[in-house]
Amino acid sequence: MVLKKIEINPITRLEGHGKIAIFLDDSGNVAEAFFQVVELRGFERFLVGIPIEEVPRTVSTICGVCRAVHHTAATKASDEIYGVEPTETAKKIRELFINAHYVEDHAVILYALGLPDFVVGPEADPAERNIVGLVKKVGVDVAKEVLRRRSYAVKILEMLGGKPIHPVAGLPGGWSKRITEEERAEIEKLAKELVELGKFTVQLFEDVILKNEKYMELITSDAYRSVLNYMGTVDERGLVNYYDGVQKIIDTKGNEIGRFKGKEYLEYIAERVLPWSYLKMPYLKKIGWKGIVDGEGTSLYSVGPLARLNVADGMNTPLAQEAYGKMFDVLKERPIHYIMAYHWARAIELLNAAERVLELAQDPEITSPDVRAELGEVTGEGVGIIEAPRGTLIHHYKTDDEGRVTEANLIVATTHNKGPITLAIRKAAKHFIKNGNVDERILNYVEMAFRPYDLCLACATHMLPGRLPIEIEIYDSEGELVKTLRNF
Amino acid sequence: MKVIVDWLASCGGCDVSILDLGVKILDVVKEFEIIYWPVALDFKKEDLKSSEADIAIVNGAVRTSEQEEQLKLIRDKVDVLIAYGSCACFGGIPGLGNLFKSEDILKTAYVETPSTTEGKIPQEVTKVDGFELTLPKFLEDVKALDDVVDIDYYVPGCPPSLSTIEEMVELMLKLKKGERPEKKVLASDKSLCYECPRSKSFLRPPTINRPHEVVADEERCLLEQGIICLGFVTRGGCGARCVRVNMPCRGCYGKVPNAFDFGTEAITAIAMAGTGEDYLPPIRITEAVDRIKDVVGLLYQFCLPKSKLGDLK
Repeated sequence: MVLKKIEINPITRLEGHGKIAIFLDDSGNVAEAFFQVVELRGFERFLVGIPIEEVPRTVSTICGVCRAVHHTAATKASDEIYGVEPTETAKKIRELFINAHYVEDHAVILYALGLPDFVVGPEADPAERNIVGLVKKVGVDVAKEVLRRRSYAVKILEMLGGKPIHPVAGLPGGWSKRITEEERAEIEKLAKELVELGKFTVQLFEDVILKNEKYMELITSDAYRSVLNYMGTVDERGLVNYYDGVQKIIDTKGNEIGRFKGKEYLEYIAERVLPWSYLKMPYLKKIGWKGIVDGEGTSLYSVGPLARLNVADGMNTPLAQEAYGKMFDVLKERPIHYIMAYHWARAIELLNAAERVLELAQDPEITSPDVRAELGEVTGEGVGIIEAPRGTLIHHYKTDDEGRVTEANLIVATTHNKGPITLAIRKAAKHFIKNGNVDERILNYVEMAFRPYDLCLACATHMLPGRLPIEIEIYDSEGELVKTLRNF
Repeated sequence: MKVIVDWLASCGGCDVSILDLGVKILDVVKEFEIIYWPVALDFKKEDLKSSEADIAIVNGAVRTSEQEEQLKLIRDKVDVLIAYGSCACFGGIPGLGNLFKSEDILKTAYVETPSTTEGKIPQEVTKVDGFELTLPKFLEDVKALDDVVDIDYYVPGCPPSLSTIEEMVELMLKLKKGERPEKKVLASDKSLCYECPRSKSFLRPPTINRPHEVVADEERCLLEQGIICLGFVTRGGCGARCVRVNMPCRGCYGKVPNAFDFGTEAITAIAMAGTGEDYLPPIRITEAVDRIKDVVGLLYQFCLPKSKLGDLK
C-alpha cells in the first residue's frame, strides 16, 4: 500500500533527461528512492565499423562539456590498437591539452555551482545562491577576472585542438598539430594567468570556508558524509595524474584494494543494469554487489576530485601539494568521506592543472616537430583510460585487422558515481521526509548533495552542469497532486 | 521579443558554443527576452507551457518519444523555429545510430558490453516492489528536427562557429524588425574549399591515405595529399577550423546546396582519384574506393538521417 509517490525532476519534466522518484510506505516514511536517467544515444553500438583513427573526433560529441577528455581517452586507445607509443612531445601536448581543459571545467563548476553555496551562504535564498549572487558577493571586477582567465584556457584548447568545442587533433601515435615557438610563448603567457586563477581560487576557499565555523560544521556534518571506496589515477610516484598512470582503488579505511591498467578494469569493475534507468550502476567486482549502501564492506565506489586526492600520496606541483597537505590536516581523516570536500579538492586540482600547463609550456621539448610516431601492426584491442574532471573515464575498443571497431565499451565518470549519487538522494529523502511530512529543505539538501559529484549527465545523457532545477511532486494515495515544491 | 533555447538529443556542446559568445551574449540578452534556457538560466516551466514565444533555437536530434513531444510543443508556441547545430539540422553523429536497429543499440549497451553483469534491457514501465517507474520510449530512428516539424532556419555546425552564431544573432535582430530574410541556411552556399587557407595545385592525389598513415604537409591541400577531406562537398562558414590543425573536414556544415546527396557526391569525386590520369579504368576506381574503410561512417558522418541512404531505411 503506497501512501504517496514523490517525483523530483532535476531538469524540466518536459525534457526529462533525469528524474528522481521517491516512494513512501504506509507510515509515510521513505520506502525507496530511485535516480532515473531517461536517455541514451547508443555510441557503443554505432561506433562499430568506424576506423579507430576517426573515433576520437566522433566520441568527443558524447559530451560538449568534457569533450577534450573523451577525445583524448579514445586517442590513447587508438595508440594501443596501432601498437604505438606516442612521441614524448605528443604526450606532453596531450597532457597540456587535458590540463587546460581541467582549468576551464573546474572553474565553471566551482564558480557557477560549488562556491555559491558557501560564499553566498547555504541558508541564502536559492534565487541568490547562484553565480549572480556570487558576483554580487565577490564583486564584478573579481568575477570579470575569473571569466577572463577561464577564457584563456579555452583559447589554449582551440589552439591545440582545432574546434574549441569538439577537438579533432588526436591521432594514433601522436597529435596532428605541432606547437610553434610563437604559440608556445603565447601559451606560457596565458598559463601564468591560469596559475593566478588557481591561487586565487584556493585562497578564496580557505578564506570563506576555513575561517567560518558554520561552514566547517556543514562540511563535516553526517548529513553530507558517505563512507565509500575510491578510485583514481596515480603516476609511478603515487601522485595524482590526469593524463596517464595506473588506476588505484582504496577501501573505506584507505587500504589499497587493487591497481589496474588497461583492460584489467574488467577484473575490478562490473556494471549492474537497473531496468528502470538508462544508466547502469557500477560496483567493485571483487567485493560483489551489496546493494545501494555505504559503510564498511560496500561495493560502491566514487570517482572524481576527492576520490583522486584520497587514493594518491600527493600532487605533482608545489603549490597544489601545499594545499593538499592542508586539506587533510584540517579535515583530520583519511580517506576523507565528507562529500562537500569534493569542492575543496576541485579547487586544489584547478591550481595543480594550471601549474602543469605552465610547466609544460616551459618545457623545451614541447615545440619539437616530432609529434607523430611510426605506427606498428594493428593489435586489435585498446583501452584508453584518463581522469576526466568528474572522474575516471574508460574507453575500450576492439578492432578488425584493418583497425575498424568491432566492439566498444565506455564507462564515464558520472556512471561510476551513480551509486553514490543515489545514496545521497536516499539520505536526503530519509532525513527530510518523516511520517508523511515533507520538509521543504529537502530541495536545498538534494541540490547541495548532488553538486559535489558534479554529475554530468551530458556524458551519461546530456545535461550540462548548469544549475540543477529541481521539482518535487507529491501525490496522495488516489494519485492526485497535492503539493509541488520547486527551487526555481 | 521572447526567445526559447532548448536541447533534445545533444551533447551540450551547442549550448556551450552560444555561451562562448562571451560578452556579446549580454547584447543578445539586452535585445531579447530569453524565457526558457535550461542550461544557462533559471526559468519557470510554466512560462513555456502557458505563454507564447517568438523564436525558438533548438539543438540536438530526436531520439526519444519525450523529445518528439517537446519539439512539437515548441513548434506550436513560436513563429520562427531555428534548428541549431548538426544534430538538429541533419541528425549529427548520433544519426549514425540509424545504421542499427534500436533493439540492437539497447542490447549492446545493456547486455553485450563486457563490464555489464546480469544484462537486461531497460523497460518503459518497470514495477519495483509494486512501485511503477517509467522511462520514455527509445525511438526506432534518430530524426532531424524537420522530420518532425517545419523548420524556418538552419544553423549548421558541430558546433556552429562563432561567425555563424553571430550571423544568427543578426538574423534574430532582423526578425525583431519584422523582416523575414530569405536565406534559410546560415552558412556559405559555396564549398569549404573557398575559405581553406591551403594551397591547391589541382592535381589528383596519387592514392588514398587514412589520416594516421601519413604526416600531412601543413601548407598543401589535404585531398591532394590523398587524405580524404570532405570540404569540397561541404558548405563553408566554419572558417576551416579542422584543416587549420592538419585534420580533414568531415562535413559538419552539411552538403553544398547543388549536391544531390552528400555521400554520393563525395564518393563520385573520390572514385576519380588514383593515378593522375584523366581516365581511370574501373578496376582502378575500385582500388581507390577500397581504401575507404567505412564508406557510410565517413561520408555520412553528420547527415545520415537526412541522406538518400537514410531514406532507404
